[in-house]
Amino acid sequence: MTTYSFIFDGLGLRNWCGEPQRSGPMTMAELLARGSGTAEPETGFDWSAIWSLPFPSLDELHKACAAIPRSRDLTKSLETGFLNIRESLKYVLDPLTQPLSWALETALFVAVNTPWWLMLMVLLVVVWIAGRSMALIALVAGVMGFLLFVDHYIFAMQTLAIIFVCAFLCVIMGVPAGIAMSRSDRLQRLMIPVLDMLQTLPTFVYLIPLIFLFSVTEPKLYGIAIILYAIVPVIRLTDLGIRLVDKDVIEAAEAFGMTRHQKLIRVQIPLALPNIMAGVNQTIMMSLAMVVIASLVSAPGLGVLVLRGIRNLELGVGLMAGLGIVLLAVILDRVTKAALARVNAAASVPRH
Amino acid sequence: MSQSASISIRNLYKVFGSQPLKALEHVRAGMSKSELMNKHRHVLGLRDINVEMQAGEITVIMGLSGSGKSTLIRHVNRLIEPTAGEILVNGENILKFGETRLRELRRKQMSMVFQHFALLPHKTVLDNAGMARAVRGEDRSGYEQDARDWLARVGLDGQEAQYPHQLSGGMQQRVGIARALTSNAPIMLMDEAFSALDPLIRTDMQDLLLELQQELHKTIVFISHDLDEALKLADHLVILKDGVVVQQGEPQEILLAPIDPYIVDFISDINRARVLRVRSVMDTAATPPPAIAGKVDADATLESVLALSKGDTSLSYEVHRAGAQVGYLNMQKLVRALVPTQAAQGGMRNSARMKPE
Repeated sequence: MTTYSFIFDGLGLRNWCGEPQRSGPMTMAELLARGSGTAEPETGFDWSAIWSLPFPSLDELHKACAAIPRSRDLTKSLETGFLNIRESLKYVLDPLTQPLSWALETALFVAVNTPWWLMLMVLLVVVWIAGRSMALIALVAGVMGFLLFVDHYIFAMQTLAIIFVCAFLCVIMGVPAGIAMSRSDRLQRLMIPVLDMLQTLPTFVYLIPLIFLFSVTEPKLYGIAIILYAIVPVIRLTDLGIRLVDKDVIEAAEAFGMTRHQKLIRVQIPLALPNIMAGVNQTIMMSLAMVVIASLVSAPGLGVLVLRGIRNLELGVGLMAGLGIVLLAVILDRVTKAALARVNAAASVPRH
Repeated sequence: MSQSASISIRNLYKVFGSQPLKALEHVRAGMSKSELMNKHRHVLGLRDINVEMQAGEITVIMGLSGSGKSTLIRHVNRLIEPTAGEILVNGENILKFGETRLRELRRKQMSMVFQHFALLPHKTVLDNAGMARAVRGEDRSGYEQDARDWLARVGLDGQEAQYPHQLSGGMQQRVGIARALTSNAPIMLMDEAFSALDPLIRTDMQDLLLELQQELHKTIVFISHDLDEALKLADHLVILKDGVVVQQGEPQEILLAPIDPYIVDFISDINRARVLRVRSVMDTAATPPPAIAGKVDADATLESVLALSKGDTSLSYEVHRAGAQVGYLNMQKLVRALVPTQAAQGGMRNSARMKPE
């Protein structure tokens, strides 16, 4: 007899419960109880035990009635459930995500095999197009020079290549998602909890089901993890930016007979661009954060050095790689902010 | 594209709320705006509006904030859908138009000028002026010259490459007007177009609008909360209060014969001598008065005649229009017309022959 036996006895469900099975593995509590030699209390309802009245949890109810599953069965069935659909999920997701693997492999190959001086020139040209500022060029040149000098260049380039691919895909998918969200209140209501979950779920939790789905040797494993984590701000800020577009201007667009498509291309996107760019900046910064964690699942780059620092307690290696990540973060942030400032200057709206 | 278009609004109702049709029945049964709000949580926007806007005229819709004037103008291009009623443009009920026809109507028949300008901040002045034509799918080369011409016409030559935020408010509104004119649409909707501007600039813009209208003869619907502005611009004046047309007609007639205390309140503050014109107070009788002191124009303001007569009320003038004599003006009658309305309310009420058209 246990605390809650009376429920099943009272409801006449004793037969449905069946005999207690002892086949499954024991819980830790049971193991301890056996070890200390005290048997389960078999007495009737003990009024003095009211102080230690257990909550009718799955485990407690299981003690009273074997037909009720234990909470470990819940986690177990989650796992078996996932494993059961794994094959079919893989069948769908594998070909869908294969291009991501190719893109990452290509980007990594290019990043590593391009001569350093050529890569440096390309980077500086890109920075000039984005920012139009000599100070920015000097900063980027200085940082890349330092990374080259301390032989962290290849790792940094691998990290940059992954960020480049993932952030690009985030924008490609996130901006349309944000536009769709801004057009439909219902979709927005559905999406917001999903985005909240993606943003708050501990980053390691993404990795667990992904490891089951894909082989750890495939780049798309960390690619998907990074994209899921980093796509949120660009979706959110695109939605916000389009919703914040001056109602007067939208009304003017309608009064002059713009179609929905014209309104989007000629008015909403250009006026929302400052917010969209802020989202892109956040997305890039978040991919950098995730690419370090993704080194746990074989993502190459500076994260690998950090991981080595942790695993082998190589303090210097870890700190040096950490510094490299900070420097990368600084230049990525400055360059995207400079691009954002230029967009802002072009689209500044006078306030009345 | 026709260069003139008339608009008639018939039995138009607008109720805001979750179940407007249900609330409309109460309104038709005579429920007041406040009662509808308190009992059914619906806002009565417009009640039984009937307005004829003639082609080539400026119709000014005037009322205080909350009177429904901005709601009314947005019905003309269906930015707001009515709850009941008809809106005829050139005799066609535009409420029956599908999406495509409505878009064609907005693109080709109508243009709009907004209180806060509503220019595209990321486009140059030239692109903004050509916006309506670009929306129609015309090539830049097709409308660029037109846009430049209209910008020059409103006094913005040389500013084509600027961005809106680099211009002052008055100049931005000139871009707004150039944008409406470049569209070549026969109907121009102006929603408090000059209300956000400084008084001096506002006067400039009113003069500009009247000057342009002299040659363009567009059908203009102008919203205003400023009576002086309304009297200056209107060929036809509609006074709205709480979503109902209180009085409409030629401004001079409304001024001389207001039928509602609300309008009396409105007009008590204005300078009657400056607004009233000779034609409104002259005698059209054929018998000339004994002594004629001179000639005045039928459209001259009473103020100018007062100055001419130097305050002598014994004089009479011959009234001319386009060279022909059309009547006589007695100075005593002129002075009587300047008596503020409250003093002569009873008499004015009796002589009022105003009824909604």
